[in-house]
Amino acid sequence: MATRTGHAHPTTRTYWLVALVLAVITAVEIAVPYLAALDPVRVPLLLLLGGAKFLIVVAVFMHLKYDLKSYRFYFAIGLAGTFVVFAVVLASFQAF
Amino acid sequence: MAIDAVVDQPLEDPSAAIHRTRKTAMWAFLGSEVFFFGSMISTFLLYRNTTLDGPGAEIFNIPFTSASSFVLLMSSLTMVLADHAFGNGDQRQGRIWLVGTALLGTTFLAGQIFEFTEFVHAGLTIRSSPFGSSFYMLTGFHGAHVAVGVLLLSMLVFFSLRGRYDPDQGMNVELVALYWHFVDIVWIVIFTVVYLLQI
Amino acid sequence: MAVATTTAPTASTSGLWSWITTVDHKRIGIMYAVSAFVFFLVGGTEALLIRLQLATPNGTLLSADAYNQLFTMHGLTMVFAVIMPIAAAYQNYFVPLQIGARDVAFPRLNAFAFWLFLFSALFLYSSFVVGGAPDGAWVGYAPLSTQLKEFIRMDYYAIGAQLLGVASLAGSVNFIATIFTMRAPGMTLLRMPVFTWMTVVTSFLLLLSLPVIGVGLWQILFDRNFGTLFYAAQAQGDPLLWQHLFWIFGHPEVYVLILPAMGIVSEILPVFSRKPLFGYAFVVFSGIAIGFLGFGVWAHHMFTAGLGPVAEAGFGLATMLIAIPTGVKIFNWIGTTWGGKLRLTTAMLFSLGFIAMFVIGGLSGVTHSIVPADTQQHDSYYIVAHFHYVLFGGAVFGYMAGIYYWFPKWTGRFLDEKLGKVQFWITFVGFNLTFAPMHILGLDGMPRRTYRYPEGLGFEFWNLLATIGSFLIALGVLLLLINLVKSYRKGAPAPADPWDGRTLEWTTSSPPPVHNFDEIPVVHHVDDFWYRKYGVDEEGRAVRVPEVTGGTVEVEVGGEDHGEAGHDIHMPSPSYFPIIAAAGVVVIGAGLTFSSTPLVGFTLLGLGVIVTLWGLMGWAGEPITKEAH
Repeated sequence: MATRTGHAHPTTRTYWLVALVLAVITAVEIAVPYLAALDPVRVPLLLLLGGAKFLIVVAVFMHLKYDLKSYRFYFAIGLAGTFVVFAVVLASFQAF
Repeated sequence: MAIDAVVDQPLEDPSAAIHRTRKTAMWAFLGSEVFFFGSMISTFLLYRNTTLDGPGAEIFNIPFTSASSFVLLMSSLTMVLADHAFGNGDQRQGRIWLVGTALLGTTFLAGQIFEFTEFVHAGLTIRSSPFGSSFYMLTGFHGAHVAVGVLLLSMLVFFSLRGRYDPDQGMNVELVALYWHFVDIVWIVIFTVVYLLQI
Repeated sequence: MAVATTTAPTASTSGLWSWITTVDHKRIGIMYAVSAFVFFLVGGTEALLIRLQLATPNGTLLSADAYNQLFTMHGLTMVFAVIMPIAAAYQNYFVPLQIGARDVAFPRLNAFAFWLFLFSALFLYSSFVVGGAPDGAWVGYAPLSTQLKEFIRMDYYAIGAQLLGVASLAGSVNFIATIFTMRAPGMTLLRMPVFTWMTVVTSFLLLLSLPVIGVGLWQILFDRNFGTLFYAAQAQGDPLLWQHLFWIFGHPEVYVLILPAMGIVSEILPVFSRKPLFGYAFVVFSGIAIGFLGFGVWAHHMFTAGLGPVAEAGFGLATMLIAIPTGVKIFNWIGTTWGGKLRLTTAMLFSLGFIAMFVIGGLSGVTHSIVPADTQQHDSYYIVAHFHYVLFGGAVFGYMAGIYYWFPKWTGRFLDEKLGKVQFWITFVGFNLTFAPMHILGLDGMPRRTYRYPEGLGFEFWNLLATIGSFLIALGVLLLLINLVKSYRKGAPAPADPWDGRTLEWTTSSPPPVHNFDEIPVVHHVDDFWYRKYGVDEEGRAVRVPEVTGGTVEVEVGGEDHGEAGHDIHMPSPSYFPIIAAAGVVVIGAGLTFSSTPLVGFTLLGLGVIVTLWGLMGWAGEPITKEAH
């Protein structure tokens, strides 16, 4: 095993590029509410952009893309569980 | 089965084994934290319209919060660079990035204090409405997580300066980094769901 | 814990200080067990008082206020301070032994979790001397729990349960890391003992459900002390949210209580039937299925709250589904004993009792999934009967089986079997006498959580019967206590493998050495130890491998971390930082109850934060294994 964690990690260059991408997405996010033309798709678009940032940070900065698959399992079970359970709770309150 | 991927890596080098154990624990803990924040975000969503006669989401200052969100987002970059430097054994450079991360985190906290003060002056308090209660609880607990993160970063810098940093110890840049990034992604969700979607 | 070089463990091994600073999973397990047993006696006494009050109509022993405190504390104690810690005791002691590890992944975190549990439970009990114990039931329904702010009782509930949850969370993270990364070579997931598997499932359940109630408990605390409006219906807060948050935790929690007992029974039945567990994989996957489904049925506790027909139908169906994996397990246990060469030891009797009682409790549970029926049963004694059949007849019987099964490993001595069998039958009869009548009482309309009932409703006879039964249970518990004390002092000495066991804990001495195993074993099968002792002849019968005599089996050695000498093992050093950190956390909690006198509150908070930080800083800066220079 080559490195401490046994997996090849990206270079600093990749990290800077990813940060740039994140910055651009954030800029778009902030612009969306001000663009009246996007109003019909505002909610799904913002969720999509937020989700993209979330996944990029988890995959690259938290190394989930490169690390053991089991780590994904622990995190994904929390994410999926939270999502399903609280979707049901909010639905039962007719909160949507 | 996903869990079967975990099995059998016998006779690996002890240092790698310790790292695997620690990261497993950290990821499991983060899975738990997802439920913690999920509960509070759901509470907020349930109460998002219960502003009584007080102020609601219209008092949010999106440009300001965008700026502080950006600060926290970039602290993830400095954190990953610190982790990278420590991974390469360059503690001197790593410390610089750690201090940078802690400063960005502190900036975010300062922004949050400013924001809370503004909102309280505008009439939004924990007692003004369920909206206020759930907003402050969610963002407050997130802020507490950032504060703990800043404390952990400071401890890392301290241990490293004293020459007592040992990657095989529990106080470990890689683990703190995971925690820090997690706090960042929680804010990504909060920024989208609580701020951008409510205005 | 890996790192191999110089010395054998040299930590002092006796005296109070050695227990306070211990990080040995076996000692921590024993401390969990002793604490749980003491709280069992306390919670049992509370139950006896409740039963005395209800023995006759218009009982006068207790005031309504005292009664409310007692049933609330009985519930909280039995769930958080008895069953969870006794499960933690077995898990701490036996999971590392069963997977061939030298300790848990984080020995100091383990010690921290224990001390936090103990201090939090004592904190909860300290409420009795400062204005009364929590009195809003263990479910703490809002707005009952958020009103009456002049009494601080429910603050103790909100903080005590919160801290107990944190302790439990620390434990479950520890077990997940231990089981997934520290198994002996060759021990794949599907070669793990069932008890270890059930520990995996309960750890995940706790990991994912505790944060939910954590949020709810904070909300209750904030509503009571800082004027938030989470559950204030007059201000558009919704008390129903608490019910959701509580039961999203509360339902997985009941599986947390029962699954380790199922694991224990799944260990005991094969040993005393001299047969492998019937359908090992089915038992394991049923346990996992129960865990998953357990997260999807919480609202069946809320059928009378008005969720609407869609939610009620959905949750009713999901509840029925849980009967399938549970039924699979029951059939597998019966299949295990079928045609086996049974030895009816006390452990086996309790295991068989477990199956029978759990079937009854499970069946009455299925009746709750029928929504119209449930609305009749809701908050009646029928519910009390149901959950005592699964939690006492189920869980507690399982844990008692575990005591008789594993006591020889803990102490190197057998418990008295004759006394044990007497205890089993007295407990068994007393249990059924206590709780079977409650089915009838409930269906006749007797509500739970009411401190007296009038004459002439037909409740007298069954209540008296239940009270008599409860004293029989108490007699049984007393016999167990006598047996424990007596056998600990002068029980018959037990060898390493007293029951002809199947799992790795029986390969090491009784009690095991600090480092558990001189050599880490290599595993080739489920029930690996059995296959080292027995081969199979042409007709499929087990035949003792000739050159081997019990207990001193040749163990294949794996791993290189033992040094050339083979015995140079480094165990983690004792540490007093975990107990300091745990004490600090509880002082912070205590500070939160003083919102009416901020000066005291802030003093305690500040003190608690300082002590906690001291503990954590010392902990982080201290090497795991101190070199013995």
